[in-house]
Amino acid sequence: MKRRDFLRQSVFASGMTLIPSFLKGMEFLSPEQLSGYKNVIIIQLSGGNDGLNTIIPVSNDIYHRLRPSIAKKANETLSITNDLAFNSSLKPIKELYDLGEVSIINNVGYPNPNRSHFRSTDIWQTASDTNQYLSTGWVGRYLDANCQHPYEAIEVDSALSLALKGNDKNGIAVSDPKQLHRTTREPFFKNVITHVDQNMLNEDNQGYLYKTMLETYSSASYIHNTSKIYTTQNQYPQTPFARNLKTIADFIVSGLKTRVYYSSLSGFDSHVNQLNSQDRLLKVYADGIHALVKDLKKNDRFKDTLILTFSEFGRRVQQNGSRGTDHGAANNVLLIGGSLKKPGVYNELPNLSDLDNNGDIKYTIDFRSVYATILDNWLEVNDHKVLNKAFTKLNFV
Amino acid sequence: MKRLTNKQIQHLYWRAGFGISYQELETVNTLSKDQIVDQLFENHTAIAPLQMDFGALLKNPRELSKEERRKLRQLRNTKMTELNLLWLNQLISTENMLREKMTLFFHDHFAVRLRTPRACIHLNNVIRKNALENFGDMLMEVSKSPAMLIFLNNRQNRKDHPNENFAREVMELFTLGRDNGYTENDIKEAARAFTGWNFTKMGSFVFRSAHHDYGSKTILEKTGNFTGEDVIRILLEEKQTARYICQKLYQYFVNDTIVDVHVEKLTEVLYNSNYDLSAVMKSLLKSNWFYKPVNIGSKIKSPIELIVGLSRPFKVTYENPKVLLYLQKKLNQMLFFPPNVAGWPGGKAWIDNSTLMLRLKLPSLTLNIGVIEWDETPSENTMMKQQLYQKMKTKLQKKVKATPNWNSFLTIAKQKNKTELIDYLIQPELSPAAQTSILDLSEDHLKNYVTAVLSLPEYQLC
Repeated sequence: MKRRDFLRQSVFASGMTLIPSFLKGMEFLSPEQLSGYKNVIIIQLSGGNDGLNTIIPVSNDIYHRLRPSIAKKANETLSITNDLAFNSSLKPIKELYDLGEVSIINNVGYPNPNRSHFRSTDIWQTASDTNQYLSTGWVGRYLDANCQHPYEAIEVDSALSLALKGNDKNGIAVSDPKQLHRTTREPFFKNVITHVDQNMLNEDNQGYLYKTMLETYSSASYIHNTSKIYTTQNQYPQTPFARNLKTIADFIVSGLKTRVYYSSLSGFDSHVNQLNSQDRLLKVYADGIHALVKDLKKNDRFKDTLILTFSEFGRRVQQNGSRGTDHGAANNVLLIGGSLKKPGVYNELPNLSDLDNNGDIKYTIDFRSVYATILDNWLEVNDHKVLNKAFTKLNFV
Repeated sequence: MKRLTNKQIQHLYWRAGFGISYQELETVNTLSKDQIVDQLFENHTAIAPLQMDFGALLKNPRELSKEERRKLRQLRNTKMTELNLLWLNQLISTENMLREKMTLFFHDHFAVRLRTPRACIHLNNVIRKNALENFGDMLMEVSKSPAMLIFLNNRQNRKDHPNENFAREVMELFTLGRDNGYTENDIKEAARAFTGWNFTKMGSFVFRSAHHDYGSKTILEKTGNFTGEDVIRILLEEKQTARYICQKLYQYFVNDTIVDVHVEKLTEVLYNSNYDLSAVMKSLLKSNWFYKPVNIGSKIKSPIELIVGLSRPFKVTYENPKVLLYLQKKLNQMLFFPPNVAGWPGGKAWIDNSTLMLRLKLPSLTLNIGVIEWDETPSENTMMKQQLYQKMKTKLQKKVKATPNWNSFLTIAKQKNKTELIDYLIQPELSPAAQTSILDLSEDHLKNYVTAVLSLPEYQLC
């Protein structure tokens, strides 16, 4: 069946007639529109990924001296330059790197770093200062300022992160579009929905509940029906992380009008025997990304995709007493995409001879500069409005 | 004497607690407003601290082997889970409704997120003990509790190496409120005053004079060789502290949207009574504006209010109590695990697509194994859909395994007509959509009727 015919049929088959017409918002992207529709996939490596054993300063004496039992030797790594190498689990990322599709930004962080997972995650997700408590996330505020529908930002997970919560719009959390669709099929709720009219959707809390309910219904239908358009036949690894990336690929190729996708991979809190756990997780990450990129390339969507990978903090340069590392500060972030302006190693390597009082890497690039660049240069929206402040733009896209 | 309507009494009980049973409603609705409110305070003088056996956690980790220490860490996690359920069950079964609700309020105000059960239970009991007494005493005792000293790093706050974490938050979150009349310099100076605050292995507060900075400090334009106690006294002297607490009380107990004149009135009461929390709460709950229609049914229930409020009238028992942890987690309010020192954002922030659908599903999951039989004479089409839907038992349905005690509820509900039932179950006015949806339901099948009414979005409000 041709994509367009499928679209037409699925609109009628979807039961969307039950949704009040003013909320239908059934917008598909035609194949012509689809090309050039830029999106960004944000991946959080939760727990604090050790950036130094991810992108490794192989020739640095301080690195080897401070990590006698967990430093990676040059011959265990995949060389980038004489001084720098990928963790060997990142072979698929190295391949993308060699094609000019990866940019490594070093020393990304923020002033007065907080070393609590929760707090630092909040800071990254809300784009706040270290002593500022915001209840909206940066993607949520992007939705507030620029979008019509919640599904324009989707978290592929069972719960919605703070990052996707805005003032009057929230993104949509979906781990399985069928499942989300099914939870909205409860006949009683459906019956309530059919009786909703626009006058009820005012600003008070009751109006807000109905509005969210309707949006969930309309988004669930939209996502369910639109994502049926394309189901990849490509092989993805059998991990929950890769399964989430596959869902994202299906969404992107199906032509969902979604600009921001969010997902995470957890378990990076490597206080004890870090080598095994981190190498294993990085392999899960790299193999998943490999499958995703291959899929997007096959469908000519990689050029419109940017993948940002970050972690809430890096780890202490010096290893601890249990062959692990404790919570640190600044870290590297990876940008992967088909339209990078400055692939390669974006900036200077971490200066291990000039650490902060805790023995952590000092930041030289504010993480919000990365966000500002994505908002302004890639999604082409006003970054100031979303971040409430001006940040220096970078030029990776 | 001014009488309250049933709806207004329910309002009082939802806000000061977790709803009211039919039996109690019919007992108190013969009393005047002031009598009902006074009774809330009289009934609640008894204090039931949480109690747990910590067993091996009382051992000194330094004397243990590596293996024993690992086990100790596991035990700590188990005990945190136990502690969470212990309190949740106390909330469900308590007769001390108002005190528990105040404890929940200050659990949020003095938000601490730790994995040390002894410190957490201690802090919780400190809050409960002071929750209807003096705010100043509570602030002092909380500030000196091991939980707070650990969480906001006051133990690391030493002369020559000050740590400003506690000094900042005590002003920003516990007393004056963000950007309300203090400077970065006030924080620096206050941090110096808090140096030396620590606690012993047994968990009692200790002042380590060797770590204290005895120099002169200037805080909020006052200068002296201040100690931590002095800083707290100075902060309490600021009327802004009373105002900030009253703003938070108002938003928690009355309405998300603040009305300044009402808050000013409360501020006067709290400040002039030297921070007597009973005085300010009496003033709030006895005011006329508290019972105005604009405030009734206007707040989104917190996940804890929702779970407790549902469990109480139906005396629900959970075969697997861990499902209560699961629900707290999925609904984003896990007792003892606030997201950060600022507490739960609350209000509309409780709601997103995944939490809302689970919230709407929760009454049927708890009361009727996930089934909402709302349509008694369904068309064939609807019936098929209903049956199909019911076949698809979700993981969640299998997981919840709750047993409600319908009988005691139904005995009384049987004597009510439809309107009376809705008035009792739902606080806000029903929306037109809700009205239409349950219009055709007969109250003959009371269980189905009640489950359907509780599955309306309106039940999420109180």
